[in-house]
Amino acid sequence: MSEIDISLEIWRQKDSLASGVFETYSLQRISTDMSFLEMLDVLNEQLTREGKDPVAFDHDCREGICGMCGAVVNGIAHGPEPETTLCQLHMRHFKSGDTIVIEPFRSRVFLPIKDLMVDRSGFDRIIQAGGYVSVNTGGTPDANAIPVPSTTAELAMDAAACIGCGACVASCPNGAAMLFTGAKIAQLSLLPQGQQERKERALSMVAAMDNEGFGNCTNERECETVCPKGISIRNIARMNSEYFKASFFS
Amino acid sequence: MELNSAVPEGPLAEKWDNHRFSSKLVNPANRRKYKIIIVGTGLAGASAAATLAEQGYNIDSFCIQDSPRRAHSIAAQGGINAAKNYQNDGDSIRRLFYDTIKGGDFRSREANVYRLAQVSNSIIDQCVAQGVPFAREYGGTLANRSFGGAQVSRTFYARGQTGQQLLLGAYSALSRQIKAKKVSMHTRKEMMDIVLVGGKARGIITRDIITGKLEKHAADAVILATGGYGNAYFLSTNAMASNVTAAWRAHKKGAGFANPCFVQIHPTCIPVHGDYQSKLTLMSESLRNDGRVWVPKKPGDSRPPASIPEEDRDYYLENKYPSFGNLVPRDVASRNAKEQCDAGKGVGNTQLAVYLDFAEAIKRDGEASILKKYGNLFQMYEKITDSNPLHEPMMIYPAVHYTMGGLWVDYNLMTTIPGLFAVGECNFSDHGANRLGASALMQGLADGYFIIGTAVANYLGSTSLGHVAADKPEFTKALNGVDDRIEKLLRSSKNGPAGKVTVDEIHKELGLLLWDHCGMARNKQGLELALAKLPAIQKKFWNDVYIPGSGKELNQSLERAGRVADFLEFAEIMIHDALDRAESCGCHLREESQTAENEAKRDDENFSYVSVWEHKGAGVPPALHKEPLVFEDIVPSQRSYK
Repeated sequence: MSEIDISLEIWRQKDSLASGVFETYSLQRISTDMSFLEMLDVLNEQLTREGKDPVAFDHDCREGICGMCGAVVNGIAHGPEPETTLCQLHMRHFKSGDTIVIEPFRSRVFLPIKDLMVDRSGFDRIIQAGGYVSVNTGGTPDANAIPVPSTTAELAMDAAACIGCGACVASCPNGAAMLFTGAKIAQLSLLPQGQQERKERALSMVAAMDNEGFGNCTNERECETVCPKGISIRNIARMNSEYFKASFFS
Repeated sequence: MELNSAVPEGPLAEKWDNHRFSSKLVNPANRRKYKIIIVGTGLAGASAAATLAEQGYNIDSFCIQDSPRRAHSIAAQGGINAAKNYQNDGDSIRRLFYDTIKGGDFRSREANVYRLAQVSNSIIDQCVAQGVPFAREYGGTLANRSFGGAQVSRTFYARGQTGQQLLLGAYSALSRQIKAKKVSMHTRKEMMDIVLVGGKARGIITRDIITGKLEKHAADAVILATGGYGNAYFLSTNAMASNVTAAWRAHKKGAGFANPCFVQIHPTCIPVHGDYQSKLTLMSESLRNDGRVWVPKKPGDSRPPASIPEEDRDYYLENKYPSFGNLVPRDVASRNAKEQCDAGKGVGNTQLAVYLDFAEAIKRDGEASILKKYGNLFQMYEKITDSNPLHEPMMIYPAVHYTMGGLWVDYNLMTTIPGLFAVGECNFSDHGANRLGASALMQGLADGYFIIGTAVANYLGSTSLGHVAADKPEFTKALNGVDDRIEKLLRSSKNGPAGKVTVDEIHKELGLLLWDHCGMARNKQGLELALAKLPAIQKKFWNDVYIPGSGKELNQSLERAGRVADFLEFAEIMIHDALDRAESCGCHLREESQTAENEAKRDDENFSYVSVWEHKGAGVPPALHKEPLVFEDIVPSQRSYK
């Protein structure tokens, strides 16, 4: 373990209506074993003791699975490490003397709430449009009555691993949510359980995505690059294929 | 406080069936006249909301996060148990029941645990039908693994992300009902109090996390699915927002709190490395299937692990428990790790760690096979510690993980307040003094998908409930109480931070006190000391805590302060409970009660009961009530994993 001194430039915005500004802070003797969010905790303790307003940021599980945390660090959503959420980024990836610029996930759909917090409820509405199998509790067949080849199950799991953090949207030059939407459509179209509603699902989820104001994919692949769960843009191809099939043959 | 467990008549295997038959129903046309509040959207809360909405009730669902998909169930890694016996290895409902009740060291209610085992199979069917991508065999059938102290392979899993996939399944069912307008979803709301009208639970008061606005919500019944209280210890594997507030508010309004001292300390977590640390990370105990736990034989041996030859290593679990080896239940594994470290054989910088070594498994099965099973866990470990478990053994140490205690509920999952139900980790019902691996997900979903529907119908069908709107004086009174408390929390901050302490400083102080005296090993002297020290911490909190900002805006410091204030009160019944239970059982080791071989010694003659605590008002000691545990079907035995 070693310690570093760093300088932070953090986007501060009081609420959704206020205009924001970058503020500069310096932190001394930050352990390189700290997680990025623990570093922000240290900053917030320091700000609190100085009588200043701590930096608001979303976080919860701090083990990279809930999808609650996220910020753009030095221009990259969730920071420089591949397949890593912000809470799993550690300070050993920074050097003493570094200036770290921290901004919220920006998108015309993710409206700012305060400082690094944004409103990602659009994602929930996309899922509500059809990201499910319409099956009520009870009355389902024995689990082994629906066989799924292991390779298919693995592909579905690759897509299902999405944590809904929004890094894909924040990184896309078009502000597209196609990786998020595609991952859910792909998961359910791969599995036998998802077949009954396959067409409606694709049409309805894509419509919900457009309705929220998310953009469209132009194959920049920024989303895939920053995705903390390594979701592939093949899922976008799958979504497009599902969407076209549903449009032409429904 | 009257404790009627409402366990149905009849032989164990027929109780649930008998109960469903004798329970009152609400006919489908009448269900739409009822509104039910559900607080929390983890496995239990989301599955309950979806299921009750499908049945026709109107649901108001609340969560603290920005989306119901983020509840802490999502972090469960290992898997979910069911008695499917797909592997034909001798499993059955009866065996799952027996393992669970024995694993809980015979401190849970027979009938509840049996029902849990009975509905376990339907859970798997339900989740598969929803499209949960469980691991599969090449032929397409479901894969299973053996997990956490079980001698059969009954655990279903989705890589190391089972909790995530099950929660996303429940969230998808919930989303469908939100779309159908049967569920009204309230995100970023924190429940601040429960409202009783005529002695029945009729609503809640919430605080909007973005605006700070307090809101009143009325309903015909309230279901709490608000998780466990592990964050009382500050450091735990729980998510940062997990808290006891909802359950504690209910307790202060009359809900009995059962077995608060039963806290599971999980053996395989990444050790603490600095005082800035905000949480501990669990490494799934599935790792113990292939990893071997060891420490150096000689205390103080600081050689790197690779330089310690076989003859100088102590594989203490394998040596001490030859038939279960590294797969002993969590409490046994945790206690033994502590014992080794106390004896000076701990490893790493802090010497508060033991090795979990995969070298032999890698040699036997190859790197590829080990990575297929544990790749994501190895990656997670390496991210946090900068060390690769393929090349050097993991270092692990126990950490607070799950709380078996919780709101006391009867067979219908109803608390001692009529119309107030508790599901999932929030109740005390099924795990006794120790929870087995892969059973938390099972219980959360059993409660939400398959039990609460019967329970709620029975309550609504047998209770005359007048219409209650949120403009009743009871609601205004509760809201004003919440408002006053927020003002009180902010009072000490008026003159700035000079000479004050932060919320986290107090929380850490409380956590350390509990960890030291009410953690893995407890004794009378330590518990009494903790009880004596607690008032000073409480006083310091209320007099000296500094919270920037106001209550009328987004204020994360204030949110934390409110939760810590409740943990400070809650800690008291936890310690009282640990003091009262002078036996050792499951997670609860009283040093005074050990066998000659230093194993936990249970005392069935004097302690075969559920401790239920009643709130008697501020400054008055809580009152203890006892629900005797009657075993009609099995004979409690001393647990032995040797």
